[in-house]
Amino acid sequence: MHRRLRHGLSAAVLSAAVVFGAGAAVAASYPLERTELQRWSFSGYFGRFDQAQLQRGFQVYREVCASCHSLNFIAFRHLGNEGGPHFGEEEVKALAAEYIVTDGPDEFGDLFERDGKPFDTFPAPFPNDQAAAAANGGAVPPDLSVMAKARAAPRHIAWMPVDMLTAYQEAGADYLYALLTGYEDPPPGTEVTDGTYYNPYFLAGKALAMSAPLSDGIVTYDDGSPETVDQYARDVSAFLMWTAEPHLMERKRIGFQVIVFLVVFAGLLYLTKKKVWADTAH
Amino acid sequence: MSAESTYQPKSGFGRWMEARLPIMGLVHDSFVVYPTPRNLNYLWAFGAILTMMLVLQILTGIVLAMHYIPDAAMAFASIEHIMRDVNYGWLLRYLHANGASMFFVAVYIHMARSMYYGSYKEPREVLWILGVIIFLLMIATAFMGYVLPWGQMSFWAATVITNLFSAIPLFGEGITTWLWGGFAVDSPTLNRFYSLHYLLPFMIVGVVVLHVWALHVVGQNNPLGIEVRSKQDTVRFTPHATVKDVFASVVFLVVLAWLMFYLPNFLGHPDNYIPANSLQTPAHIVPEWYFLPFYAILRAIPDKLMGVIALFASIGILAFLPWLDTSRVRSARFRPLYFWFFWIFMIVVVGLGYLGAQTPEGGFLLAARLLTAYYFAHFLIILPIIGLIERPRPLPSSIAESVLASSGGEAGEAAPAE
Repeated sequence: MHRRLRHGLSAAVLSAAVVFGAGAAVAASYPLERTELQRWSFSGYFGRFDQAQLQRGFQVYREVCASCHSLNFIAFRHLGNEGGPHFGEEEVKALAAEYIVTDGPDEFGDLFERDGKPFDTFPAPFPNDQAAAAANGGAVPPDLSVMAKARAAPRHIAWMPVDMLTAYQEAGADYLYALLTGYEDPPPGTEVTDGTYYNPYFLAGKALAMSAPLSDGIVTYDDGSPETVDQYARDVSAFLMWTAEPHLMERKRIGFQVIVFLVVFAGLLYLTKKKVWADTAH
Repeated sequence: MSAESTYQPKSGFGRWMEARLPIMGLVHDSFVVYPTPRNLNYLWAFGAILTMMLVLQILTGIVLAMHYIPDAAMAFASIEHIMRDVNYGWLLRYLHANGASMFFVAVYIHMARSMYYGSYKEPREVLWILGVIIFLLMIATAFMGYVLPWGQMSFWAATVITNLFSAIPLFGEGITTWLWGGFAVDSPTLNRFYSLHYLLPFMIVGVVVLHVWALHVVGQNNPLGIEVRSKQDTVRFTPHATVKDVFASVVFLVVLAWLMFYLPNFLGHPDNYIPANSLQTPAHIVPEWYFLPFYAILRAIPDKLMGVIALFASIGILAFLPWLDTSRVRSARFRPLYFWFFWIFMIVVVGLGYLGAQTPEGGFLLAARLLTAYYFAHFLIILPIIGLIERPRPLPSSIAESVLASSGGEAGEAAPAE
């Protein structure tokens, strides 16, 4: 419904955009292409994460992204939370134990390595930014914990009323999906610096230092989902929306209850007000 | 407040207390029997709404402060800790951040209402000036609060705004270094902003007390802009005004709830979820939406020092409004010329807000300059002149007369103030 509403209004918005944007500068502006909005299970007023999708997205993160990108604010125990991937307690323990973390100092003052525990956060792939930059041609792969809120598909101001009414807060996931699926050969005549990869959806230029990370079949799903770049990108974007907004489902649920309560309360107050003022002209 | 109290304590303890500290009498006189004009509309509920928002911000802020760490290395992570692991931390933080936005929505409506109905005019000049001081304190508090998450926008907003002081001749650089507590925005800056962000709201509470005190001395203005002349013109504050205020406050909370539960990051900038990095300037540094008109004025002026002066003047000029507006008639309902200039001014401010979010070049810059010129002309040229040349419509002789005329006069006499 939200999508239809958006599309229905697109003509009006576009004409408004022309009027509003009349004074805009002509300098090259990025991204080169506008991000398309996707359909997400967690969008809108009653949106919910798809647990299986988050588990697949986690798998994509672990097998592809994690070799360069940290997830510093996420602990293994978070993976067991309701409203998230919701792995079982034993699964979380087993998952954590697959990682080696550095702990200490012990009683002799030495750091030591041990198996991961649920309370540990994901070990970062590089010990520090310098090491990360050195291994990645000078660019530090950013932490992904809040990435889905730290990037956004750029939207024209004329969309504002529609975005507000449809509770559009998925601009980050839309952008991540667009970026992950948007790699292509640069059009003839477009020069791209060595070590960067053309992507018209990239926010800050025509090319970025990350090469296309996904390819068909790179991750093996065991739930029969298609093993395509499109599906991987969708799943990992959803997973990163969860890491950025782990209480999203609880937030929408409580929000609904709060608003219903307040509206009923306001209705009763209005009737009270009418009664109090019934005999007073005003 | 100034008159003899009519409060009669009902209990023995009440009489004992009243003879020693007449606080219940004060509350009774100020919020129960206080005569309030009978013709107030819902725009007059924003005083109560603002009080509620101030309390809400202080309460959520105190709890957030228990979990937040004002250190450049840990601030961002402590916010993420609040969002993830503190019980209902996400709720508190989204309520606090969106509460700040709604606080400004309310204060702008409150100020626009004053302008439309001429509430700042004699004898309410001091009341208005206290309001301008509250607005200034709110600006400072909100700005410093925005710095605390220590994201990219936090850091660069702090850098841009503190750098404004370097425009001051001779002492500028010294003042900036003193503000920073170092040679750049860093941990000492964050720490003092945190301290002040905690302090200023309580200063706001103090000025709000003075604001309400001044209000209760001179009485409320009303949509007709004429003074209360008899008891026929007023009703008791409780229950009449109280029930309207509570109803309006709950409706306002519905909007706040919708914003914080369904669009919690809509008004924020995505870059503020990138940890502060002093080596990487964001492509566009923009303040929160409620500062955009003033930001547009700052950037419209080509000279840095003059820009800073214009920025402060655009807010400071409000304090002179009671004397710049030369009309004796308060309400725009009876001011055919001012009515239109009021709405033009509102459109200009919204236009400045839009321009504040754009890159200041080309057509945007030109538009921002024109609107900035108009902003000041509104106060310095238009208001003084139209007050002199305008022919106001005839004013009704009393609030009661006007109210009874429009309601057919049936129910008029039923409930005068006691």
